[in-house]
Amino acid sequence: MSGFNKVVQSYDEAMAGLTDNMTIIAGGFGLCGIPENLIAQIKKSGVKGLTIVSNNCGVDGFGLGILLEDRQIKKMVSSYVGENALFEKQLLAGELEVELTPQGTLAEKMRAGGAGIPAFYTATGYGTPVGEGKEVREFNGRNYILEESITGDFAIVKAWKADRYGNLVFRHTAQNFNPMAATAGKITVVEVEEIVEPGELDPAQIHTPGIYVDRVIKGTFEKRIEQRTVRSA
Amino acid sequence: MALTREQLAQRVARELQDGYYVNLGIGIPTLVANYVPKGMEVMLQSENGLLGMGPFPTEDEIDADLINAGKQTVTTIKGASIFNSAESFAMIRGGHVDLTVLGAFEVDVQGNIASWMIPGKLIKGMGGAMDLVAGADNIIVTMTHASKHGESKLLKQCTLPLTGAGCIKKVVTDLAYIEIADNKFWLKERAPGVSVDEIIKLTAGELVVPEVVPEMEF
Repeated sequence: MSGFNKVVQSYDEAMAGLTDNMTIIAGGFGLCGIPENLIAQIKKSGVKGLTIVSNNCGVDGFGLGILLEDRQIKKMVSSYVGENALFEKQLLAGELEVELTPQGTLAEKMRAGGAGIPAFYTATGYGTPVGEGKEVREFNGRNYILEESITGDFAIVKAWKADRYGNLVFRHTAQNFNPMAATAGKITVVEVEEIVEPGELDPAQIHTPGIYVDRVIKGTFEKRIEQRTVRSA
Repeated sequence: MALTREQLAQRVARELQDGYYVNLGIGIPTLVANYVPKGMEVMLQSENGLLGMGPFPTEDEIDADLINAGKQTVTTIKGASIFNSAESFAMIRGGHVDLTVLGAFEVDVQGNIASWMIPGKLIKGMGGAMDLVAGADNIIVTMTHASKHGESKLLKQCTLPLTGAGCIKKVVTDLAYIEIADNKFWLKERAPGVSVDEIIKLTAGELVVPEVVPEMEF
């Protein structure tokens, strides 16, 4: 890894510098577009006391769910965490803290964090438990609450293709939170299905410019499906 | 007779208009997609980052990278677009979605909605529901009129923690179509064979009943 060559060869190298009590921002929606091998590397590293910012927390045995097995997560910041029995157990036992955050507010917290905006006003959550204790301000006759943005020590991202400059393209709805996560990490690590030659990605079609990306690694992916729904042909 | 889930979806579908961008919540709202009137074009928005959601895929078409907000595998229709979560919620929070349909536990005469949290039960999260109710101008809530124990879900004041304050104007229940204005429920239509008395009995908040309440037709 040097200069504009952001490609690393091993997952150890990809997550080098990760230590206890760090905050990690993760892309993915459900099990779609999750950095599954980077998560596995975090499990292998054994670090503890993590705060994870991610829309969901995987399922039992896959995705972020595996970080619960050795109690590596101290706190989750998520919009929905209902798919996971171990999560429920640790939450009820008081071993895990959860900060439920509306999905759009969560996306905006990451986006703002990456864009150097420390906080923003939103109508979402006003008059609900989410708004309790937060500053309220009226604009044009409507009430808004002040939400603080989020940045992470690490961001872990799954993309479809990258070049060595760290330019990224996502595939279908596996995009989701990944582009925002990529902007909000002090160290942003991306795993991809394919690393292409510089110039192969059309500059106007790049979803995430390489300036946000620190490390790129090529992985192989299981891409587990959470709800397999089909119609007859 | 109270409406079936399918009839509820059919009734909601009558609120669709050609060229609408629509976000459908999980459950009964999802069924609305089956009743888009012929010749009408609507685009379904899925808050994980898809505008122009199509039907479920065939076995051959299944793609783990293409899902909806319920985490189900889906397809795209012609004219669809895909984008990130911040963009998706810019559409929602910026008021660009023409119609939002979602379920609820309770609504009240002030247009408050409670749909995500029952104290004492495990709380899974609000997902995108708070953004949807705060951002949309045109929202339809679908739910049963009363609980299994006969307790009204249309209240003077919601008892459960809110999803949004003062944002609901239309409710389609299994018994009636009701609008909310001036701190009152306004009875607009009743389900076939359901009496006005029955609706009054199961509506806890103040209900304005016109002289004639038309029956829904299916």
